[in-house]
Amino acid sequence: MRFTKDHEWVEESGGVVTVGITAYAAEQLGDVVFVELPDVGKSVKAGDPLAVVESVKAASDVYAPLSGEVVEVNTDLPGAPETVNSMPEKDGWFAKLKLSNPAELDGLMDHAAYEQFLSTL
Amino acid sequence: MPGRLQPSPEFHRPVSDKALKTTPLTDAHRALGARMTEFGGYEMPVQYPEGVLKEHLWTREHAGLFDVSHMGPSFLRLKTLTGDGQADHEAVSALLEPIVCADVKGLKRGQIRYTLLLNEHGGVVDDLMVTRPVPDEAQGVLQIIVNAGTKEGDFARIAAAAGDAAELVRADDRGLIAVQGPEAEAVLAAIIPEVADLSFMTVTNAPYDGGTVVVSRSGYTGEDGFEILVEARSARKLWDRLLEDERAKPIGLGARDSLRLEAGLPLYGHDLDETISPVEADLGFALSKRRRLAEDFPGAARTIGELAGHLTRRRVGLRVLEGAPAREGAEIVGPDGAVIGRVTSGGFSPSLGAPIAMGYVPPELAEPGAKLGVIVRGKRQAAEVVQLPFVTHRYRRKA
Repeated sequence: MRFTKDHEWVEESGGVVTVGITAYAAEQLGDVVFVELPDVGKSVKAGDPLAVVESVKAASDVYAPLSGEVVEVNTDLPGAPETVNSMPEKDGWFAKLKLSNPAELDGLMDHAAYEQFLSTL
Repeated sequence: MPGRLQPSPEFHRPVSDKALKTTPLTDAHRALGARMTEFGGYEMPVQYPEGVLKEHLWTREHAGLFDVSHMGPSFLRLKTLTGDGQADHEAVSALLEPIVCADVKGLKRGQIRYTLLLNEHGGVVDDLMVTRPVPDEAQGVLQIIVNAGTKEGDFARIAAAAGDAAELVRADDRGLIAVQGPEAEAVLAAIIPEVADLSFMTVTNAPYDGGTVVVSRSGYTGEDGFEILVEARSARKLWDRLLEDERAKPIGLGARDSLRLEAGLPLYGHDLDETISPVEADLGFALSKRRRLAEDFPGAARTIGELAGHLTRRRVGLRVLEGAPAREGAEIVGPDGAVIGRVTSGGFSPSLGAPIAMGYVPPELAEPGAKLGVIVRGKRQAAEVVQLPFVTHRYRRKA
């Protein structure tokens, strides 16, 4: 699993990454009450808005950690947004991206680097 | 606009090192693991570890404790007393009445009234609670509680209105604790038994910790409950004592906001501002009959005209029937798609499990059942005007 400074995680398998938000981000957001997912087939560049997650108080963007095409979204999530809080790095995933530039993966943090980054916040 | 996935602008603004004011309970919040934020110049708890959703629902079912010490309690004290309690009350009331729309003179001992501080155009400068104290020795005194973010201006305006005849004594260094919810009476009466005799919008003085607390049966959640003005030295003791009761939990500003939104109560600076009149805000109840008939409050001509039907906008409640919550600033559109107003407060209602909002729309589209829309991230979502409050008030009115 690799991480961004915007607190997204990705897990790569065969050129496709699963994208979610980290446990830290989920805790910071508080109770998630609404999730808006992208359309399958949408192309995104790294850093583009990918999804929206809303807590009782606020709306936040989830950014595409890497460039690619949305090939699948977590259709269970809109009906059970609390999964983002209960299992942020597992069942609470948002979308899967088919990478257009797999080399971008090298720019993301590994677990140790992300932990180190969190300790500076 | 959505923000980055970290401290969202309003409610997760991290506490920086700029000089924020604290309350007598700031250390207690930190000890409870609260996430702190800046609000009205104060460092305040936005939520405790359980989170906004659980805190909100706990308050609706049990008893929530809120630190509202950032607000502005004060006492307007007549300088020269005659000793005739009624005459002294009328004299101090006569100083305040020219800048508000309430019948202050008509308050009975121990009675609280919600009123509005108005500018000369009839716009709302703040909303406040004014109380006539109970004790004989406090006739000729009014207790006035204003909002945190507006208190400096309010205090200056009230002091100016009072001139040399009365002195405005600030009490915002004290603790102000709200206990709200169906079990609030049981929790508080175990410590201060006198409170069980209070009905909604009345106040009493009670002994506590070698001093005196002022307890009112009031609040801003729509639930039965109390607000206790307590000396700073005793605030932490009372807070900790209340928390010993397992029916009581600490509740942050996040849930305070969602509770008051469900209760249809306006928040100054969001649902109310200096351009908005009491009639537009649907706060006509705050305009006392005597003052309305006498037309002797600031901006009376405008307000009387609006009551006669010359109204261009009115605050309404909206159920957002699909999609994301519509937040403050979202456009409200009419049946033909034209923008007719904006959301002034909006979010997710934990009690209803659905998005709700308040905003201003033209009166012809303000009736319950009117089919409107809200624009969220460029998309129109269906919304419907509903009667306020969204969640029924459960105040303990006099039998």
